[in-house]
Amino acid sequence: MRSMWGIVLALAVGSAQAAVTDVTLDNGMRVIVQEDHRAPVMVSQVWYRAGSMDEFNGTTGVAHVLEHMMFKGTQAVPPGEFSKKIAAAGGRENAFTSRDHTAYFQQMQKDRLELAMQLEADRMTNLVISDELFAKEIRVVMEERRLRTDDQPQSVVYERLIASAYQTHPYRRPIIGWMDDLQNMTGQDARDWYARWYAPNNATLVVAGDVQADAVVALAQKYFGGLPARALPERKPQLEPMQVGGKRIVVKAPAQTPYLLMAWHAPVLKDWQKDTTPYALQILAGVLSGNDSARLQKTLVKTRQIAVNASAGYDPVSRGPGMFMIDATPAPGKSVAMLEQAIRSELERIQREGISAAELARVKAQVIAADVYQRDSLFYRAMQLGEYAIAGLPPEALARRVDKLRAVTAQDVQAAARQWLKDDQLSVAELDPQPLKPQARRTAVPGVRHVN
Amino acid sequence: MSIKHFVSVLLLSLPLSAQAALTIQNWQTPQGARVYFVESHELPMLDISVDFPGGSVRDPARKPGLARLTHGLLDQGAGGLSDSAIAHRLADVGAEMGGTFDHDRAGVTLRTLSSSVEKTAALDMLARVLQQPEFPQAIIKREKQRLISGIREAEADPGTVAEKAFYRALYGTHPYAHDPSGDPAAIEKLTRGDLQAFYRAHYSAPNAVIALMGDISRAEAEAIAARLAAGLSKAARVAELPKTAPAPNSDARIAHPSTQSHVLVGAVGMARGDPDFFPLFVGNYVLGGGGFDSRLMKEVRDKRGYAYSAYSYFIPMQEAGPFQLGLQTKLEQTDAALKVARDTLRQFIAEGPNEAELTQAKSNLTGGFPLRIDSNRKILDYLSVIGFFNLPLDYLDTWVSKVNAVDVAAVKQAFSRRLDADKLVVVVVGAEGAR
Repeated sequence: MRSMWGIVLALAVGSAQAAVTDVTLDNGMRVIVQEDHRAPVMVSQVWYRAGSMDEFNGTTGVAHVLEHMMFKGTQAVPPGEFSKKIAAAGGRENAFTSRDHTAYFQQMQKDRLELAMQLEADRMTNLVISDELFAKEIRVVMEERRLRTDDQPQSVVYERLIASAYQTHPYRRPIIGWMDDLQNMTGQDARDWYARWYAPNNATLVVAGDVQADAVVALAQKYFGGLPARALPERKPQLEPMQVGGKRIVVKAPAQTPYLLMAWHAPVLKDWQKDTTPYALQILAGVLSGNDSARLQKTLVKTRQIAVNASAGYDPVSRGPGMFMIDATPAPGKSVAMLEQAIRSELERIQREGISAAELARVKAQVIAADVYQRDSLFYRAMQLGEYAIAGLPPEALARRVDKLRAVTAQDVQAAARQWLKDDQLSVAELDPQPLKPQARRTAVPGVRHVN
Repeated sequence: MSIKHFVSVLLLSLPLSAQAALTIQNWQTPQGARVYFVESHELPMLDISVDFPGGSVRDPARKPGLARLTHGLLDQGAGGLSDSAIAHRLADVGAEMGGTFDHDRAGVTLRTLSSSVEKTAALDMLARVLQQPEFPQAIIKREKQRLISGIREAEADPGTVAEKAFYRALYGTHPYAHDPSGDPAAIEKLTRGDLQAFYRAHYSAPNAVIALMGDISRAEAEAIAARLAAGLSKAARVAELPKTAPAPNSDARIAHPSTQSHVLVGAVGMARGDPDFFPLFVGNYVLGGGGFDSRLMKEVRDKRGYAYSAYSYFIPMQEAGPFQLGLQTKLEQTDAALKVARDTLRQFIAEGPNEAELTQAKSNLTGGFPLRIDSNRKILDYLSVIGFFNLPLDYLDTWVSKVNAVDVAAVKQAFSRRLDADKLVVVVVGAEGAR
């Protein structure tokens, strides 16, 4: 590693905010430690900069499938043993795959970090993917897709809208993968993926909790430091070409209620010190939604009663191009078209008149309070550090986030709304509900029958 | 005492298990509200929950949905302020007000910064919402529509359809049987008078359980609790709930246009405070509660790839809550997966866990105990449960030793007392269901 003690960033925002340690080992693996001594526990997360955006057509979903296979054993640790050892030590563990990354975590008592590191280091380079276990696990993943996407009408709408809003960028592909790709995936596809991306120089270890940063770095050096770096494939930018006209799709699925989803292309944080628009868009999302005092909820749900739910979302932290999204469910008797028109009027009002000083102050008060509340969750603190690291943003960008949001003006918000919420960059999806019980279905009266 | 203070103790095979020493302070206000408080100054914030026995089990027979609608109206106009005014005042100080609602409980939670201006404003809103909800006629109409729309939307979700059918089959005529959100036709007919009467009878000081966690002193906690309780109605403690009865065998197949079947298998299980709680809880880790350690996960997912999720659990409620086993699988393999799940359950009831499995379960549960109380939010939830269900104040202090005291024989006996592999409620929701 470059330096045993690394760069310790003392990013004090008041005295309560503990320092974040950010070190890179000699083999390129990054180690980020957030000390938090409230409870005698810790969370350890290994983040790989390999998510569904790094996949190719034909093998969509392989990042997530590999995440499943990572629990299926190495030369030294037989299938199932990883989970068993962590569980025996009182740990909770799991993993998650996103468009940008795949991450693995353990939550345990503070003195059990070494076990977590030992096992993670082992499976970083020694994973065994047998065709036999792959054949079983791919079926599990297909069930996961059915459960989370295929049988959830609003998830289908999201998947299809994303697939058309992005025309070329790999974000257009679902993280879980298209069903046909899952059905045709092989153990070799998973082995190829593992060989391509699982290396210390493509990984970041984040540890948060009742630990000493220098001891964590020393342990990381002990277990991960000896793993060899490998050349990583070149990553092409794959920039999304500018959308030059609105898009509109209809999704038909069995459902009782319609649903509307709108997505505009939007920038994300690149130069966190100079960028202003991503912060302004975050405030805009807060003005529009988040609680009952926000505009969509207040106007569309409470006052005009044209929607039963409405919310806005925007994530400024990602590797690829961002989206500003609004979703809503129309009130009974109101059409999706009316609802869309009402949402557009709300946006136009902000574009035309801006937001009030009271609204801006209110959203900022929530940002400041939420920053305190978030410290109640160790896991979330680690998550944020990992997400920033994967997006290429330093821990300092996270520590200074509140300051940057406080600096946003009402004019910034209005300008961002004008610049980015344009019809030509908008994609709209509508759920057109189909009957749950089509004609000629046999009666569904629950019956009692013999049970043996 | 802060949550940081833990004492390591030696426990059987677990030399490093930590046991919490969490000081829970407990008292009653003059009006009879029960208060549970943990003082912690590590974060400048305060969490409060106030719970009442106003869950769906309290719905009058012909008015399913009354409890849910009453709860939903609390913060939609109160103490002379409109719904929007309440929302604005909370948001202005960064406070978050939330609701909790299930079969047994109806509650309001508040999270606020502990600095004076913010805390004062947030507590003022909490007091108004709890003490002076106004149930405006126009808002009732709106919220009925939203509640019904939510029920309709959930009808597309096979998991929700299965869950509702499961409770109906399990509880028959007991008020645990109906959907906690209620029934659309009944909701339409609810009147403002219904809501006011339900509110007065259930949201009273003698019924209230107030939990406070965070950055305030004991004296301040007492003052807050007293102020919250003082403005509540004086209605006496609600009556005991009717006892549950064992469910008859049933096997419901419900058609649904989904790609998967949602399978639920179960029986009436146990109540909070049940003497068999720990044997059943620890034993269930081995059966279906312990993730990849559990037999259901191994048999259904690992060995056969039938499902993404396969689990079992007991839901302890005021009266006996469900024992529930569940999985979701593609339509064609429904019967095969159901058979594996039932065989696994049958064998577990007959034989119990083996020593190695039980040791693993206890290692995980006791070794993971500190994770159960590592945040203010989690501790607040425990305070609320301890208070509402009248669990002993040392519930958390004795938790680890009670888990450790469970042995194979105790699990086997407890499971055979509660579950009979030939007396189960089965619900399958999926397109090929009705046959």
